[in-house]
Amino acid sequence: MEQITNIKEEPVITIRKLYKSFGDNKVLRGIDLDLYRRENVVVLGRSGTGKSVLIKIIAGLLKQDSGDVTVLGQDVKMLDEKGLQALRLQIGFSFQSSALYDSMTVKENLEFPLVRNRRRLSQKEVDKEVNEVLEAVGLSQTLNQLPSELSGGQRKRIGIARTLILRPQIMLYDEPTAGLDPITSLEINNLITEVKEKYHTSAIVITHDLTCARQTGDRLAMLLDGQFVTQGTFDEVFASKEERIQNFYNYNFCQ
Amino acid sequence: METVDNKRKHVISRRIDTFFLKIFDAWRFVRRFFSELFKPPLEWGEIVKQCYQVGYLSLGLISLTGFITGLVFTKQSRPSLSEFGAASWLPSLVAIAIIRALAPLVTSLICAGKVGSNIGAELGSMKVTEQIDAMEVSATNPYKFLVVSRVIATTLMIPVLTCYSAFIGLMGSFLDVNAHEKTSLTTFFENAFSKITFLDIGATLVKAICYGFTIGMVSCYKGYRASQGTEGVGRAANASVVLSMFFIFLEEIIIVQITNYVRS
Repeated sequence: MEQITNIKEEPVITIRKLYKSFGDNKVLRGIDLDLYRRENVVVLGRSGTGKSVLIKIIAGLLKQDSGDVTVLGQDVKMLDEKGLQALRLQIGFSFQSSALYDSMTVKENLEFPLVRNRRRLSQKEVDKEVNEVLEAVGLSQTLNQLPSELSGGQRKRIGIARTLILRPQIMLYDEPTAGLDPITSLEINNLITEVKEKYHTSAIVITHDLTCARQTGDRLAMLLDGQFVTQGTFDEVFASKEERIQNFYNYNFCQ
Repeated sequence: METVDNKRKHVISRRIDTFFLKIFDAWRFVRRFFSELFKPPLEWGEIVKQCYQVGYLSLGLISLTGFITGLVFTKQSRPSLSEFGAASWLPSLVAIAIIRALAPLVTSLICAGKVGSNIGAELGSMKVTEQIDAMEVSATNPYKFLVVSRVIATTLMIPVLTCYSAFIGLMGSFLDVNAHEKTSLTTFFENAFSKITFLDIGATLVKAICYGFTIGMVSCYKGYRASQGTEGVGRAANASVVLSMFFIFLEEIIIVQITNYVRS
């Protein structure tokens, strides 16, 4: 327990006073967040509240207007392209749309980041890595299939496998259960938890799905109107009397 | 009234700003190509694949258009030349027209339509479905994989296709000449190349290289900067073709002027 506490004292991601606008639309309005080692933080919020923008800033895909984002001790906005690439080796990003390369087979999708970042690996070692992550997501049989031949849930799993192949320390999941049926969603939620246990990752999970939040999150942060209104465990967050939080909870379960 | 004028001025100044920002962005995109080109390692597998797609898969279309161009040009020119009793000049006239102008221009315009739209749509759809972002966050260089390989492929393959198109065009012309004058293939080619200089061939190759680079660069830029979903993909494919053709004609004027200056 003490060890866990010590590990938790060092955040792997620190966000301070983060602001981001698109034209006149102020999306993020000064948010603060810490992600600790081997912790899954769920960022909850309605569509269009800037949840995805937040993790895109963390991965260096978007630049903030102001504020600091520190990942594994490095200030993201100060990194040059080489530094950013090195940092991205430690970050796995699972896209809402899976973003599989549709002209490549599953095997080629998984090999793509590996052969370009670990050039000394032999083909045998590459194959071993590919098979290992495919087994981890339970889709060994899809090796030679094209993304168009996979179901939505399978595509999500392959997307996660592609990020895992580089053994990242941090996982960023963008709406992992969006567009999936309840059973497949449950499988993806279990996979997110398994990834944390097996690969010892820390993760930020972006979602508006409360079931996903409850199953995958150690801690929740509620993003409303560009600011975190509350952070805590699932029960702590929804014990809040704040009307917007209660509305979000009620609406989700009515749905 | 003054407020309306101010608003109008504001809109105009914003449009001018946007225009220059776009030009600056395109300039940075082109400049990045040259910096990435000399940074090893290149994506050789992808370059070969793209050369196959741009070159080999365009052969059918280029054969057809090249052959028809040569044949039709010969048929159209014959009556005028025959009127002056100069039908024997047909091979050299056709060769000058095909090698100096028609082969590079027709080939590149066909490729702007076929290859340019393909690249624009492919990269555009990769952009809007976040596949390019996915490459970026997996610590790979999407620019080198997608843009550098495609621009190299078009720059290498359009000159090859131009030479091939010129040859096929001359064969089309030979067919007509042979049908009327019973000229042998050797005599036809001797006549055809009697007026062709190294400057003509050099200028044609330079043109083809420029056109190939333009098609690749414009299409990749439009695809890479696509936004707003499927509509954006359509716009990127369309703009790739239209802008490539516009720049090809612009380059044609410039290169012809320079060649004529050197020739004189």
